[in-house]
Amino acid sequence: MDMTLTDKNFDVEVLQSKIPVLVDFWAVWCGPCQMQEPIVKEVATAMVGKAKIGKINVDENPHLAQKYNVMSIPTLMIFKGGTMVKQFVGVQSKETLVGELNKLLN
Amino acid sequence: MNNYDVVIIGSGPAGYTAAIYTSRAFLKTLVITGTQPGGQLTTTTEVENFPGFPEGIQGPELLQKMRAQAEKFGANVVTDVISNIKYQISNTQIKNEKEKTLFTLTGSNGIYEGQSVIITTGASAKKFGIPSEEKFRGKGISYCATCDGFFFRGKQVAVLGGGDTAMEEATFLTRFAEKVMIIHRREEFRASPIMVDRAKKNPKISFLLNTVVEEFYGDTALRGIRVKSNMTNETNKTNMTENLELDGVFVAIGYVPATGFLKGIVELDGKGYIVMKQKMEGMQTATSVEGIFAAGDCVDSRYRQAVVAAGMGCMAALDVERYLQK
Repeated sequence: MDMTLTDKNFDVEVLQSKIPVLVDFWAVWCGPCQMQEPIVKEVATAMVGKAKIGKINVDENPHLAQKYNVMSIPTLMIFKGGTMVKQFVGVQSKETLVGELNKLLN
Repeated sequence: MNNYDVVIIGSGPAGYTAAIYTSRAFLKTLVITGTQPGGQLTTTTEVENFPGFPEGIQGPELLQKMRAQAEKFGANVVTDVISNIKYQISNTQIKNEKEKTLFTLTGSNGIYEGQSVIITTGASAKKFGIPSEEKFRGKGISYCATCDGFFFRGKQVAVLGGGDTAMEEATFLTRFAEKVMIIHRREEFRASPIMVDRAKKNPKISFLLNTVVEEFYGDTALRGIRVKSNMTNETNKTNMTENLELDGVFVAIGYVPATGFLKGIVELDGKGYIVMKQKMEGMQTATSVEGIFAAGDCVDSRYRQAVVAAGMGCMAALDVERYLQK
């Protein structure tokens, strides 16, 4: 249950979210992003109700990618209370992502 | 418990070729993909020199075909990363029957068992190895032009290295970047003449030779590098450094074999490549452990070509078939 984030809904879905949001920057042509995808889906299932998971296609949303200084993908970011609190570059394991999200919930 | 005849660690040309051969020979085969399914070719663009493709073929597409071919003959492919291999020689002493070794492989998502193992873990890009590098990884420093070139449209970048990879990455980057500078610590390139020629003919590419990078600097992202001349002149030894303003740096200085997890399991040479022991009757892909074989870039430091890896994968499969027959 990972949602599609865009320039248009980013503010409402991410910055104004009451629970932490994990954002996954990806693109169709990015091999490692294909590896990250099933992991992000598992994280979404594991964190249902506790955190939101969203994906941003950098081809379709270049402004967002630029705004957050994304220079390599996959890049994942955790947002809490409207600010980016944690950033990862490269494929991340389910354990790492769930661990970091849980830290923010405690 | 899943018990395979052969477990193949790695999913590049070596791994899939081995899988095609073993599964076609009715051996129950498992391929474990590793962190980069498909291997190094998935981060290249067009593969022009793999035989059979006069129009060239995209790296990922070639690997997809190899995987499909292995699966057609019954190979199982699982996405996981192996961190350890344990083995025990069977204690049952059946008359005239050779002791069988069972290999247990530990992955992040599961445990796998097999009667034999083929290691085809390949190699990954060597890091430059200076402290300031880690700070800007993914924030201006990249090890893969096809992956990250997209983010440097209209910008100024440098490629560090003097081999074919450096030439290829630099040429690829001219699709996006305004300027690409190839920085190499020596005068001569070890790249093949055709690749050097292509780079030299490209108007967006410039060269900085006999130069080493001392430091990567920046703030929220990389802003530049400090470089120093590598030449020592008898009469005029220079220690002057220069700052080059850059938006990105692509490190293309070589590869290291992905064999860290094998320390203490199979014999590795000084650089981490798996040593071929040929203990068992001329089996050329045999490692120091009977029943474990290896193929591809985790063994081959010299040729490092997809077709060579594929060839070695076939050899490993044939060695495994012979080993399991005894």
